[in-house]
Amino acid sequence: MKLNKYFERSLWVFHLNTGSCNGCDIEIVAGLTPRYDLERFGIKLVGSPKHADVLLVTGPVTSKMLDRVKRVYEQTPDPKAVIVVGACGTSGGVFYNSYNISGSVDKVIPVDVYVPGCPPRPEAIINGVLQAWIKLENLRESMKTAQAK
Amino acid sequence: MNKKTYSIPIGPVHPSLKEPMTFNFEIYGERIEKVNLAPGDNHRGIEFMGRQRNPIQIIYLAERICGICSAAHPFAFCQAVENAAGIEVPERAQYIRVIIAELERIHSHILWAGVAAHELGFDSVLYLSWRAREEVLDLLEYLTGNRINYGIFMIGGVRRDISEEQLPRIRETLEYYKDIYGKIEDIFLNDPTIAFRTKNVGVLTKEDALHLCAVGPTTRASGIKKDVRQDQPYSAYADLNVEAITPDVFSGEVNGDVYDRIIVRLLELVQSIQIIEQCLDNMPSGEIIAEKKLVKLLNQLKKAKGEGVGRVEAPRGECIHYVKLNESELPEVWKARAPTYNNLMTWVPMLIDQQIADIPIVIASIDPCIACMDRVTILNKNNGQKSMLTKKDLHELSVQKTRRITP
Repeated sequence: MKLNKYFERSLWVFHLNTGSCNGCDIEIVAGLTPRYDLERFGIKLVGSPKHADVLLVTGPVTSKMLDRVKRVYEQTPDPKAVIVVGACGTSGGVFYNSYNISGSVDKVIPVDVYVPGCPPRPEAIINGVLQAWIKLENLRESMKTAQAK
Repeated sequence: MNKKTYSIPIGPVHPSLKEPMTFNFEIYGERIEKVNLAPGDNHRGIEFMGRQRNPIQIIYLAERICGICSAAHPFAFCQAVENAAGIEVPERAQYIRVIIAELERIHSHILWAGVAAHELGFDSVLYLSWRAREEVLDLLEYLTGNRINYGIFMIGGVRRDISEEQLPRIRETLEYYKDIYGKIEDIFLNDPTIAFRTKNVGVLTKEDALHLCAVGPTTRASGIKKDVRQDQPYSAYADLNVEAITPDVFSGEVNGDVYDRIIVRLLELVQSIQIIEQCLDNMPSGEIIAEKKLVKLLNQLKKAKGEGVGRVEAPRGECIHYVKLNESELPEVWKARAPTYNNLMTWVPMLIDQQIADIPIVIASIDPCIACMDRVTILNKNNGQKSMLTKKDLHELSVQKTRRITP
């Protein structure tokens, strides 16, 4: 699918930290700042999941955040995509055998894109956001055709 | 008089917090009357996991205690193990360790400056300072192979050498920071708006700082000359001139407010550049690791018995690791104490009587690192309820433990 045709809306991202070590979080912010500059595409971090198209989740889910992750996911309006950034959100990573961690994010909420790495480089995160964008455009398209019928 | 307060919960998921942490404020009008902190959202049980891994595996776990302090924690951990097992680190390795630690301080302080500017509403400064930060990340990637989580520390030394050809590249980056430092200082210290928002905001008095055992730039901004690099020099710091920086060097007075914390962090940038230059000039030649073969090293650690402490001045303050080895593959005890743990309670005197709008900058002013700090919570597994331990309970637990371990 060509991205350009559906380049109709800016993508707003909500960043959710579920017990990450900060490594991925600062790489996400680095992706938004001048060297990598995601904001030139209209991608920006927003303060509330209710404004967001994409959830960017970092970190393994700690037991205290478990309920919060679900709630934030439910608050995000449809159509939405979830990106998991980092090895520990993808599989548990170095924290695989902890008593306080539920493992990976996909055990809690459905995940669309995984960005592996500990931490992934900003380029990888940007690629992940792009994948989510393509997925969202597909979703919007199918919603439109369903409405037309 | 009947004063009716209302409460504002902030966190764990909140745009002004990059990490999960819960605050509860009791507000009267616009004034904060009471602050309640509820950490624990970021608790990953790292020490528990560490007790199931061998010391070399723990280095990588220690690195991931916090992605921003990913030199300070392995540095302290390696020192603790070396201390416990009696391993002597080659001199060259000590210098390389110091260079990496100081580069980390530069990146961390610039990162903090950007975040602080963002909290004040100066987003352009956030972008400019993070652009400047990329240079040191490039250098760290050049030297260690990764932007964050460097993986360069090893028990008994470091894993990569700094070669002769790499030196000009390091000096180039240092020159870059010397060039732009004037601009950074001008933006933060001479701007009337920043001064207006930060002077006399979030004051931490010297007494409170001493009373609460604050560490790092937070305590130095209150006028206490406390710096592990000066008080108990470790590694190569013994050869270098490091002095604790207090804000009176720059402004002639100590107020202990947010502005002073900005001064201290900016001056520490210059100090770090000087330290790295001294290291580059005096770098001794020789080995970079005490024992190259990991199997041999592990065997040596397996036979070791004893306790060790590693103290490191992380960008946020003193970081202590304690390790007890007991002739087995796994360490018997590993305890990490991150600087934010000490600085956490300084939020309470800082925030009382401030306005709601000052909360983000005051919280950001100690450079909190929740990922470092969240290490212990008492959790009742059956009903998921957290229980608060009073002094009496703690005493009871302590007595029980004494009875348990006494044969």
